[in-house]
Amino acid sequence: MLEIRQLALDFLRYRGLWRRETVTCLHNVSLTLARGELHAVVGASGAGKSLMAQALIGLLPGNTRRRGELWLDGEPLDAARQAALRGKRLALIPQSLAALDPLVRSHRQVAWAAQRGGAAAPWAAAERAMAQLGLVGDSARRYPHQLSGGMARRVLLAMATAGDAEWLIADEPSVGLDPQHRDGVLDQLRRLADTGKGVLLITHDLRHALRVADRVTVFHAGTTLETAPARAFHGRGEALASDYARALWRALPDNDFARPAAREAAQLA
Amino acid sequence: MTCLIAALGRRLLRLIAVLGIVALAAFGLMQASPVDPVDAYLGPQLAQVSPEQRALIAERWGVDQPAVQQFRLWLGNLMRGELGWSRVYNAPVGEVIGSRFLASLPLLASAWLGATLFGFILGVVAGTREDGWADRWIRRYAYTLASTPTFWLAILALLLFSVTLGWTPVCCAGPAGVTRDELGLATRLHHLLLPALTLSLLGVAQITLHTRARMLELMRSEIALHAFAQGASRREVAWRHGARHACLPALTLAFASLGELFGGAILVEQVFAYPGLGRATVEAGLRSDVPLLLAIALFTALFVSLGNALADGLYRLVDPRLREVYQ
Repeated sequence: MLEIRQLALDFLRYRGLWRRETVTCLHNVSLTLARGELHAVVGASGAGKSLMAQALIGLLPGNTRRRGELWLDGEPLDAARQAALRGKRLALIPQSLAALDPLVRSHRQVAWAAQRGGAAAPWAAAERAMAQLGLVGDSARRYPHQLSGGMARRVLLAMATAGDAEWLIADEPSVGLDPQHRDGVLDQLRRLADTGKGVLLITHDLRHALRVADRVTVFHAGTTLETAPARAFHGRGEALASDYARALWRALPDNDFARPAAREAAQLA
Repeated sequence: MTCLIAALGRRLLRLIAVLGIVALAAFGLMQASPVDPVDAYLGPQLAQVSPEQRALIAERWGVDQPAVQQFRLWLGNLMRGELGWSRVYNAPVGEVIGSRFLASLPLLASAWLGATLFGFILGVVAGTREDGWADRWIRRYAYTLASTPTFWLAILALLLFSVTLGWTPVCCAGPAGVTRDELGLATRLHHLLLPALTLSLLGVAQITLHTRARMLELMRSEIALHAFAQGASRREVAWRHGARHACLPALTLAFASLGELFGGAILVEQVFAYPGLGRATVEAGLRSDVPLLLAIALFTALFVSLGNALADGLYRLVDPRLREVYQ
C-alpha cells in the first residue's frame, strides 16, 4: 500500500532582494494506492498533480519544502528510501516526450532504464518490455525524433516497466495521442494493474480515465477534494460528495454538457 | 548521392573563395608593411651594395613592379602549382612549409588533442554538480587560465621546469649539434613536452567553460529528471547523457580553435625556439618574405577550413537529427 497523508508543498522564493516568502502549492493531499489498483488522479492543468508525482519519487525542485507523510507498505517513505527504491520499485512515466534523450536509440534507453532498475540482463529485459508494447525490430531501434507520438509514449512506458517496478506513476501518459493510441496506452496501464502493480494515473481526462480506473481522486487547486469509486461517476453524479467533482462530471459532453450553476461556480472559484 | 556531390561542390567553391580572400588580404598587408624586402634581405650588408645593384635585385625579384602586377604573377604561378622561392630559407616555399609543418605537427596535434580531451573532461566533471567543490575549483582554474597570455605562461613554464628544476630542455627540438635524423624518439618527446603542455593549456579554459554550460543545462532538463526517476546516479547521468550532449559545443570549439592554435603555436615556438611553422611565420614576416608568408597564410586557412568541414561531419555522427537535414 502506498499512502499519501496530508501532503503539503511550499515553494520558497525571493520577493525583491532580501525578503523570502513561501508560496503554498499543495495542501492536504491524501490518497492511497493498493497493489492491483488503477487509481486515477483527475484535475485541471496547474492543479499540482505533477508536483505530487515528483514528491512521491522524491525529485522535487530544490526550492520546495515538503510537509506531511508518505508511507509505503507500513514504513515511512523518506528521502533515503525513495532514492533506494527509485526505478527499482517506484517508477515514473513522465509527462513530456522531451524526457527521451534525442541522441540515443530507443532500445538503448530502455536497456539503461532496465539496468538502473536492477535487471540482471538489461538488454533482454528491454527487449521483453518493448515487445510487450509492440515495439519490435526496426521501430525499437529508432531515435526518438523518428518515433510517432504514440510510439514515443510506448517507449516511455517500456522504460518504466523494464525494471519491473511494482508502483507506477503515470503523469499524463495519453496526452496528445489520437483515440486509438490513447486507448492502447490506457489499456496497457489496466493490464499492468491486473498483474498486481499499483498504478497511479495522473490525467485531466476524466472521461477516458473512468473506462480503466478502479478509483478516482479529484484534484483541485492544490488539494484532493474527494476519492470515489469509478462507478460513482454515474447519472447526474448523485453519488459524488463534492460539488466540484459533480460539476466536472456533468460538464462532460456525454452527460449534460452542463455549465456549473452560478451558485456552484462562485463556490469553485 | 547527387545531393552529396552538390553539397561537396558548394563547400569546395566556398573554400576557394575563402582562400582567394585570405591571399588578397595577406598580400595587401605585406604591401602595407614598412619592411622593404630587399633591405631586409641584405641586412647589414646594405652599406656595401650600390643603388644599381639594389635595383638589379629588385628587378630580378619583381618587387619594382606595381602591386597588382606582382599579385597577378604570383596567382599565375600558384595555378601552375608553383609556390615560389623563399628568400629567408633559400629553398622552394613548398619544401619549407612541408618540413616546418612536419616539425610543428607533433606539437600542434598533441596540444590540440590534450586541450580538447582535458578541457572536455574537466567540463563534464564541473557540470555534474553545480557549485560542488569540484565545480568551484575547476571554474576558478578555467577563469585564471582564460585570462593568462600564452607567451607569459610559456616563459613561466620555461623558468620553472627548465631553469629552476631542470626537468626539460631549455630550447629547440633537439640538443644542439645533432641533426634531426639522429634524434631518438625519447629525446624528441622530451623536447616536445613543455611547448605542447603550454600550448594545450591555451584551449582548455574555453572548452571547459562551454562544456560546463551545456552540462548544467542538461542536468536541469527533463532528460536528467527522467533518468534520476529511473534511479540513475548523478555521475551516470553526467557521463551517459551529459557527455553526449556536451560533445557538440566541445567539437565546435575544438575545431574552431584550430586557427587560435596556429596563433598560439607562433608564440610558443618563439619562446621555446622550437623550429616549426610558427617560427617560420615570424621569420617570413620580419624579413618580408612575401611568397613564404602568403603560402603559410593559405596553408593555415586551408587547414582551419578543413577542420571546420570535419567538425560538420562529426556533428552528424553525434546528433542523429542532423543527419536527415543534409540528406
